[in-house]
Amino acid sequence: MSMPSDIAPFDPSPLLRVRGLAVRYSGERQSAPALHQIDFDVAPGEVVGILGESGSGKSTLALSILGLLPANAGVEGSIVFQNEDLLRIDESRWKTIRGAKIAMIFQEPGLCLSPVMRVGDQIAEVLRAHRPAGRKLRQLECEGILREVRLSDVDRIYKAYPHQLSGGELHRVAIAQALSCHPDLVIIDEAARSLDATVQAEVLNVLRGIKQKFGSALIFITHNPALLAGFADRVIAMYAGRIVEDGPVRSVFRQPLHPYTKGLLQLVPRDWQHAGSNPQRLLPVIPGSLTDLDRSTGGCVFEPRCCARTAICRGESPHEVMPEPGHRVSCFNHGN
Amino acid sequence: MGTEQDKRAIKPALVKTSALSKQYVQRAPFSRKKFVIDALTEVDLEIAPGCMTALVGESGSGKSTLASCLAMLETPDRGEIWFEGDRISCWDSGKLAPLRPKIQMVFQDSAGALNPGFTAAEIIEEPLEIQRRESGRRLRARACELMGEVGLSPDWADRWPLEFSGGQRQRLAIARAIALKPAFLILDESLSGLDLSTQSQILNLLLDLQTAHSLTYLLISHDLSLVGQVADFVAVMHQGRIVERGPRQQVFTSPQHAHTRELLGSVRILESAFRTAQAGGRQ
Amino acid sequence: MRYLERRLIHAMLLLIGASVLCFLLSDLAPGSFFDEMKLNPQISPETVAALRSQYGFDQPLPVRYGRWLKSVLKGEWGYSFAYNATVTSLLVVRARNTLLLTALSTLLAWLIAVPFGVWVAYRSGRWHDRLSMAGTSLLLSVPELVVVLGLLYLVIRTHALPVGGMVSVGFDQLGPWARMGDLAMHLVIPVTALVLASLPILVRHVRASMMEVLKAPFIQAARGHGIGQARLLFRYALPAAANPLISLFGLSVAGLLSGSLLVEVITGWPGLGPLLLEASMSRDFYVVIGVVMSSTLFMIFGNLLADVMLVVADPRVRAE
Repeated sequence: MSMPSDIAPFDPSPLLRVRGLAVRYSGERQSAPALHQIDFDVAPGEVVGILGESGSGKSTLALSILGLLPANAGVEGSIVFQNEDLLRIDESRWKTIRGAKIAMIFQEPGLCLSPVMRVGDQIAEVLRAHRPAGRKLRQLECEGILREVRLSDVDRIYKAYPHQLSGGELHRVAIAQALSCHPDLVIIDEAARSLDATVQAEVLNVLRGIKQKFGSALIFITHNPALLAGFADRVIAMYAGRIVEDGPVRSVFRQPLHPYTKGLLQLVPRDWQHAGSNPQRLLPVIPGSLTDLDRSTGGCVFEPRCCARTAICRGESPHEVMPEPGHRVSCFNHGN
Repeated sequence: MGTEQDKRAIKPALVKTSALSKQYVQRAPFSRKKFVIDALTEVDLEIAPGCMTALVGESGSGKSTLASCLAMLETPDRGEIWFEGDRISCWDSGKLAPLRPKIQMVFQDSAGALNPGFTAAEIIEEPLEIQRRESGRRLRARACELMGEVGLSPDWADRWPLEFSGGQRQRLAIARAIALKPAFLILDESLSGLDLSTQSQILNLLLDLQTAHSLTYLLISHDLSLVGQVADFVAVMHQGRIVERGPRQQVFTSPQHAHTRELLGSVRILESAFRTAQAGGRQ
Repeated sequence: MRYLERRLIHAMLLLIGASVLCFLLSDLAPGSFFDEMKLNPQISPETVAALRSQYGFDQPLPVRYGRWLKSVLKGEWGYSFAYNATVTSLLVVRARNTLLLTALSTLLAWLIAVPFGVWVAYRSGRWHDRLSMAGTSLLLSVPELVVVLGLLYLVIRTHALPVGGMVSVGFDQLGPWARMGDLAMHLVIPVTALVLASLPILVRHVRASMMEVLKAPFIQAARGHGIGQARLLFRYALPAAANPLISLFGLSVAGLLSGSLLVEVITGWPGLGPLLLEASMSRDFYVVIGVVMSSTLFMIFGNLLADVMLVVADPRVRAE
């Protein structure tokens, strides 16, 4: 696996530098690695989209950056954040980093808030953990951050319990909570999933505004490429715990090099004017699905589902190449 | 599109509602205050046979209430429902019983909709047993057949639903729904929460099943781009009312109601950004 | 207010029903107070008969019940034959003694169980958890009787504390601080016995509820925000785990007047327990009914308290 110096970084001193990250869950069923040889950088203020289906390891990646993996996970490699290897620090150091320097917005924000505490108090708790200040000051800061995420009627929202808020409001509260201490890196795990289209668009707008105002880097994890267009600077496609393609959004979307990325981009709904022209109305798909067997194979993990596969793909696992500057891919037949 | 769809539309509606209304009343503890929620107000809907009719709206617009009323799981306060020309809203439960196999529903939360204490085969066998369609060894054979039809391996017949992935569970739910050979299938947000790739696969499955078994679908979704790919007819709901309806082409290209335009607007923004990126331009 | 009104009416009906049942069942018991006297050759049968009619025991049951109800409304709750006093006067003193004992032990038990249960849930799976579970299982399987007797044996052997009773002889001559000290020394054995009896169940419930909540996504999300472990446990997890515990607390309150009978009888604590035992043995009819009814009152009140507390504590219940 070639790596480190080949990545053309946005910025010579990346905010986050992940090298050789591998995660393996020990247990009965899972013997195949959840993450395998993950290398990538995030520059300060950059928006990196991580694209992939369920089971691609996206959530495991997010959890490992925050040190929230369960006890039965074996981790190798290095995650260097602001010159500190996060895999080698202890719990007390983590407390100063989580929420303050790196924050995460989980899937289903509604479930990530305590059901018996007022929402405003929960944001205040995060402030309390990282910034010593009086209660009144905290409350003012909370209301300020709630306004930043374009929530009107801040008073009502502050005093509300999670079950009293709508899906869109909860998403924005979760964003506010994550940003309350102005972290340098925010990881967003499948935000906007199962949200109405109008709310989805608004959430993305809020995130865009936040990024502009605070300059935080974002790692946006999603299965829908459409959400990354016009929002992300770079996109990393993952499959079965490996990075298969990594490059600037324009480059990857215009000319996806890996068959998997190509397949994912094809899934984005077509302009409906032409949807009816196919008499069978069948939609394009990536055939098959990821099974545990594929993970432990000797050849390319994607080979069983690949439409561009050749003889070599079954026997050997492809190494990384960089056909364009800043755009790397792991495929024998890239670009075909 | 074109004549094929028009031909189907000319046939009489499979399901029809007229002035359907339903309210929910909530009372707060320790107080006399009552909250009245108008879930449905004067809903008129016609569902053409053999077509995919989509019901679009935000959460709280009344889509699920309408689905429950059509599936005869709830009774509306006012209004009428016709099924295959019969006015079923005034029928009692005894008369409705033979009708139930003809109207089936697939829910959003597959993990919650499938009994975790039953194996996959038992889940599909249950309706067949209750309706006495099959028994004994034929029961199991039919369940495996149905699993194959929805793209699940019959080897997994003895696995628990929680061992399946989200997409596989929805396939299982669909197998259960078509076991009784229904005429009308209601898909209540069945594709939300699934990956794009799984969504596409399951949509293709549904389209195949529609042709094979002459099914009529009511697809309820908040996802307009999904609906734009497969629906023949679209009805838009907003705060308990249907604000726009018509063939998909018409609703999407020339929306009449402000709410429809709002929904389409957000979707278009995302899509245009994507097309621009694909063309290699800057956003 | 509708909810509370309904519950209060419910409670009244329940009390009336309980009193009727009590009357009927007590009457079923063979013999009466006066039968003892019949055995005494010095008292003539006429005197016994006269006494019986004086206390209205020759009247049919419904009439006696009506009279009793009137007495309740007057605040007397009937008359005790053995003590020659109104039942109320007896109940008040004895109930006070019982409440002193049970309130203290319930409070102590909860104060120990909650932090301990939280800690054990946090360390679930490790040796602290296993040891504690083994300990609580042991305590659960040992009958209360054995625990009390064991404590008494220890105390008798070591002469560390006074054995039995509520106060020492010569209590009245002591100053206020000395009185409190004396009372405290007498409280040690019964309170310890009661606490040991109720602790295992409380600890297990707290542990179970906490373990359930600690698995929830919002706990991990809070950890992801850098919230410290102690705050996570007590400010985030415990309030969310409180629902079943509140119901349990209601049950604790409900049992305040009835849970300590065994301990009181064995340690000679002058509470409602020995009173009930005595009255049942001697067929002191109205005392029996009085004790049972006061326990029932507490039961109903305890349950009502639990329901009200649930609504106050959990915003989700309020929204329903």
